[in-house]
Amino acid sequence: MPRRAWVIAGTAVGLGLAVLAAGLSLAGYDAGAALAALWTGAFGSWYAFTSATLVRAVPLILIGLGIALGFRAGVFNIGAEGQFYAGAIAATWVGLHVGAMPAALAISAVWSAALLAGACWVAVPVGLRMRYGVLEVISTLLLNFVAEALVSFVVQGPLQERQGIYPQSDPIALSARLPFIPGTRLHVGLFLALGCAGVLWYLFARTRWGFNLRAVGAGPRAAEVSGRIDSRRVTAQALLASGAIAGLAGGVEVTGVSYALYQNLSPGYGFTAIAVALLARLHPLGVVAAGLLFGALEAGAGAMQRDAGVPAVAVSVVEAVVLLVVVIAAAGVQRIGLVGAARARRRAA
Amino acid sequence: MSAPPAPLLRLEGIEKRYGPVHALRGADFTLYPGEVHALLGENGAGKTTLMQVADGLVRPDAGTIRVGDAERPALTPGEARRFGIGMVHQHFTGIPAFTVAENVALATGWPVSPGPLRERVRHAAEQIGLPLDPDVRTGRLSVGLKQRLEIVKAVAADARILLLDEPTAVLAPAEVAELLDVIRRFTASGGAAVLITHKLDEALAAADRVTVLRRGKVVLRALRGDLDPAGLAAAMIGGEPVVRSAASIRQQADEPAAIRAEALEVARESGYGLALRQGSLEVRPGEIVGIAAVEGNGQRELLRAVAGRVLPLRGRLQVAGPVAFIPEDRISEGLIPELSLTENVVLGSGREEPWMRGGRIDWRAAERYTAELLRAYDVVAAGPRAPASSLSGGNQQKVVIARELSRRPRVVVAENPTRGLDLRATAGVHARLREAAEAGAAVLVHSSDLDEVLELATRVLVVSRGVVAEPPSGEAASREEIGAMMLAGA
Repeated sequence: MPRRAWVIAGTAVGLGLAVLAAGLSLAGYDAGAALAALWTGAFGSWYAFTSATLVRAVPLILIGLGIALGFRAGVFNIGAEGQFYAGAIAATWVGLHVGAMPAALAISAVWSAALLAGACWVAVPVGLRMRYGVLEVISTLLLNFVAEALVSFVVQGPLQERQGIYPQSDPIALSARLPFIPGTRLHVGLFLALGCAGVLWYLFARTRWGFNLRAVGAGPRAAEVSGRIDSRRVTAQALLASGAIAGLAGGVEVTGVSYALYQNLSPGYGFTAIAVALLARLHPLGVVAAGLLFGALEAGAGAMQRDAGVPAVAVSVVEAVVLLVVVIAAAGVQRIGLVGAARARRRAA
Repeated sequence: MSAPPAPLLRLEGIEKRYGPVHALRGADFTLYPGEVHALLGENGAGKTTLMQVADGLVRPDAGTIRVGDAERPALTPGEARRFGIGMVHQHFTGIPAFTVAENVALATGWPVSPGPLRERVRHAAEQIGLPLDPDVRTGRLSVGLKQRLEIVKAVAADARILLLDEPTAVLAPAEVAELLDVIRRFTASGGAAVLITHKLDEALAAADRVTVLRRGKVVLRALRGDLDPAGLAAAMIGGEPVVRSAASIRQQADEPAAIRAEALEVARESGYGLALRQGSLEVRPGEIVGIAAVEGNGQRELLRAVAGRVLPLRGRLQVAGPVAFIPEDRISEGLIPELSLTENVVLGSGREEPWMRGGRIDWRAAERYTAELLRAYDVVAAGPRAPASSLSGGNQQKVVIARELSRRPRVVVAENPTRGLDLRATAGVHARLREAAEAGAAVLVHSSDLDEVLELATRVLVVSRGVVAEPPSGEAASREEIGAMMLAGA
């Protein structure tokens, strides 16, 4: 990321924390203690960092990468939450049946199923857009509700646990569970997320496919006129890939964290990841940093509630302020020029 | 005469209709290797459309395209590229957010690894004779450099046939000569170039062969030796007289200035640094003040500040209202192409307009008014409901001018108001601006064509390096004196 992006991100986070502190003080909380708890919960110990922050960062990074990929191609996938759930359902279903397989095979099978399910879930918006020009912003968003309803149905129906009491699935086979990094509750899905970021960076920076994708996003007409790019195809591929990655994140969550399917498996990862992608300015390596930050906020929120008695949702204030600042900064890039003009005048004087 | 070589490209009986507009009526066009071929015609004659058929951007309703050994009813952009056809459009078609190198890669399919690509693009541009910095973000390039990039893109993509749409419209005289050199070198190595233009002298100076198009039909074909300016002009405009209004400007020196600017400073549009450093001027009602300037010297920012489109950073500015503003780019700034002509006329209207009833728009009244405007300004259009995009460039410009001037402005600001227009349309625009001045408006106009500034203006000011200055000999300033001032700071 260019330096300006870091400056904007830093300002955004600082401002977000300041607003949170001010709000807490006004509401009569001890803002200092709350922020301290937030920090401790996220970074206070090696265990907190790995087992709280990083565990939450993994799905945010993965989904954020998928969203960034779509946005780069000019398709706005707002349905990552739904694709995540589609992936989680498929992962659970496959994960219940792979007990006889060796771990590597079992995990591959589960992840593949999740990937495919995410792609299939987004295939509907892709088809609607290609055939009828339906905006994917709307169709993907609406399918989130369908996916949540579907989870609610399967955990009380076909995938409900054996006793039929709780609205959740049986735990998946042991062979399908991801190993931990020793001494932590952090599963190896982290390496998948980091690997994906690297691959995506390479695709964007060095390959024709990534280039075509960026071209379609930045100038669809020019891409078409170049006579070398089928923008419809690129758009469809980007949206499918975006959904597949979100689905994979669902699979990773099931195999690495929850081991079972239930409602509210995701605390809104699919939406928070939009903020992650935007904060990173759609840069794959930036997504890792932004995912880490938002993972820390989510992790710290729990500690804040526990130790300072502040409701965990207060952290959404920070997320919201960060997002606003980033969006304003993006829109204000034109105006930032005024700063340059003032500088030039000072030099001239 | 020996047998002519096999043509590179042949368009036969090309027909194209856009709704009620019959853009091409069985047009034929043949291009031979090694030639520079001028495609001449007025605005709306179908020149650009015909070449877009060759480039695969427009699908003809009937006709045949022969290129190499192939014979097709239509081409796709991809096929056109494979047949070695490249078009340099009047409006930039690249991606502003991409670097120069990335835009070239988009056109050529070259591998996109930044390091090698950069070198390859730099080398190719130098080879072609139009050097470019591969790392610059394209959106920051001037119009002239963007066009240079378009040519580099086409040639680097191994084009054998180069179609250039009004390439000189955005260039200074020295750049025009440079461009013609590049085209000559290109054709000398076996390629062929089509120069779409409405400028007679340009066609005479550069072309080996000329095809004249009028109302979608070819009316004249001639070789370099057989060219005669009068005959060409007659073929282009069909013998109808060109309207020219006499400059009879009523001077109202005693009235207070309608535009008064003192020491204006305006930031560059890109945001970095000052474009206008010292902008002082006065324009009185009835005057047409022409701004002479080489592109990028701050005249654009001056005009936009006066028109209220940009806030100056410093200085005093008083402008009488209402202000009419005729922006340089009619497609992105003057009109909304997707909207109907009526909607475009209503665009930006205030509550004093006849079709405004309180906060409500009376669309029928607006439509009647638009129909009147179209008649009064002689716009060729299917009617007030036609989308603005269905009009030719010249007619679009007429709509912009009709809308702006019909608001009885006290100040008129016009940037390159005749860019891309033919002789007759240009004379029409000039007449309208003079009428506005005679009716008491203060007119401030800039054209990158110095001759146009001299012809139109009652008084000329020069903007050079962000400073507005008056020629020492005032109204008697000669072309040479003004030219020297324009270049002095640059």
